[in-house]
Amino acid sequence: MSTATIASQQDTPSLKARILGTPSVGPLLVLVGFCVIFALTNPRFLATQNISIILQQTVIIGTLAIGQTLVILTAGIDLAVGAICVLGTIVAGKLVNLGYDPVLSMGIAVLLCTGAGLAAGSLIAGLRLPPFIVTLGILGILTAALRLISEGGAFPVRDPFLAWTGNTMKVGGFVLTYGILIMLALYGFVWYLLNQTKWGRHVYAIGNNPEAARLVGIPVRRHLLSVYLLAGFIYGVAAWLALGRIPNADPNAMQTANLDSITAVVIGGTSLFGGRGGLIGTLIGALIVGVLRNGLTLAGIDPLWQDLVTGILVIIAVALDQMSRRRS
Amino acid sequence: MSADSLTRVAPDATSRVVLEARNVVKTYGHVTALDGVDFELRAGEILAVVGDNGAGKSTLIKALTGAVHPTSGEILLDGAPVHFKGPLDARHAGIETVYQDLAMAPALDIASNLFLGRELRCQGVLGSVFRRLDKKRMREEARRAMSELKFRLPSIGNAVEALSGGQRQGVAVARAALFARKLVIMDEPTAALGVRETGQVLELIRSIRERGLPVVLISHNMPNVFEIADRIHVMRLGRRAAVVTPQSHSMNDVVAIMTGAAAA
Repeated sequence: MSTATIASQQDTPSLKARILGTPSVGPLLVLVGFCVIFALTNPRFLATQNISIILQQTVIIGTLAIGQTLVILTAGIDLAVGAICVLGTIVAGKLVNLGYDPVLSMGIAVLLCTGAGLAAGSLIAGLRLPPFIVTLGILGILTAALRLISEGGAFPVRDPFLAWTGNTMKVGGFVLTYGILIMLALYGFVWYLLNQTKWGRHVYAIGNNPEAARLVGIPVRRHLLSVYLLAGFIYGVAAWLALGRIPNADPNAMQTANLDSITAVVIGGTSLFGGRGGLIGTLIGALIVGVLRNGLTLAGIDPLWQDLVTGILVIIAVALDQMSRRRS
Repeated sequence: MSADSLTRVAPDATSRVVLEARNVVKTYGHVTALDGVDFELRAGEILAVVGDNGAGKSTLIKALTGAVHPTSGEILLDGAPVHFKGPLDARHAGIETVYQDLAMAPALDIASNLFLGRELRCQGVLGSVFRRLDKKRMREEARRAMSELKFRLPSIGNAVEALSGGQRQGVAVARAALFARKLVIMDEPTAALGVRETGQVLELIRSIRERGLPVVLISHNMPNVFEIADRIHVMRLGRRAAVVTPQSHSMNDVVAIMTGAAAA
């Protein structure tokens, strides 16, 4: 038997192997499992209205988690997720309230968020500082600066364009907000980047083995910069989605967004050590958290249990990742 | 110094010189790593570079691949002087290096690793506008390269981390062979491998030579060197102490030259 035939015979893995080999299968089973449990215990859970609510509640963290996934895939971590998003809501809200054109205001806000991502990326890639420290610093700086700008308090933002992402449309009985569609479009776009382009390949390669990436000629620093830049842009879009959900710019909002987005990424099966995982898992991870919160609330269980169960899931997810890494 | 007279006794001494170093010196402060070393790689040969620790093997290789810049001296590729700013320059010039740590992304599959940094895009609008990777063509090319080199792998879609050490080495060597236009440099390709796997990798190195690419092999493993090399470049104290052949000298002779116990 020649080597060529051996290669071609085993080249296309069986369907079973392919399904089991897909990293997001585990999280998907968990999601389906929770849905089944909640549906059996409460008939209201599967009502189209309730599903719409779950999706709407998932929009902001789900979107922020896209950027967080990109950063974590490069073996980094982003603690400034929430702060950059709040930067977007405050800037857009301030400008609109000062009478500027809403599209221009939102554009400037998204641009500033992208700039914040660029700043983080420059420090991480340029000065080779650890992502944890850089984004922790940016979190502190932005949080303080935003409270100073808004004089400590939240303020209402009443503008139809900024609130547009909260508008709804009906798709076959489901009430979807435009925000949900924008989130899904972002997932599709970034999924394509990660899985179908050189750029995405290199994100994985850098997270996996930065030295190898450098040796094969990938411009590692420039690539890291582009990752943080894109993440910042996504946080800016998330700010628009946030204003659509709650027309209020609050410097004290999103304090748990950092950990929530990391939770979604980790539960979705992306490794905190970089280079493994993907965006579909993150979407599932964000939905798991959303379903869990909603289902437990519907069941009338103390909200503290939600955090407890989420915490257990995070630890299980990381333990599974560690075990699979040790095996290989 | 009799090094030059020794190269003349080599069996293929008439072949064209592909890569050459002339009187290369590299100093770090007052430490001299290379002390006027000469080097010649000829077309179609496997040239082993041996030497004791600190004899200047790795500095020589780094100088040849642009990873370090010589303090003085000349490096010529196909007879023309070259000044590589870095390893990438050397790669663009057609010199591929297999590093000791293999430079692989373990979680990515074999095809992805073969094309890492040199991914192929789809033809037409899909590639030019949508920048879409041509995964199918990369898999096919990878499969073709592996079967051309007669190297067996479980599946081109496997993650590299699922492979044995020898198979990983095979992928790294195949990558170099796939892209090298002038020559391939290998740093200790059989260190850390078992007997059978070592045999497979040596076979792979021979098939690269059969494809017409000369190979520079840095190795500590004398039996391997004597099994596979056409000529042996012996480093000692930052210089070329001798160039011998497995026919003209025994392993003991070479070790004696390496350690200075015998003159070349």
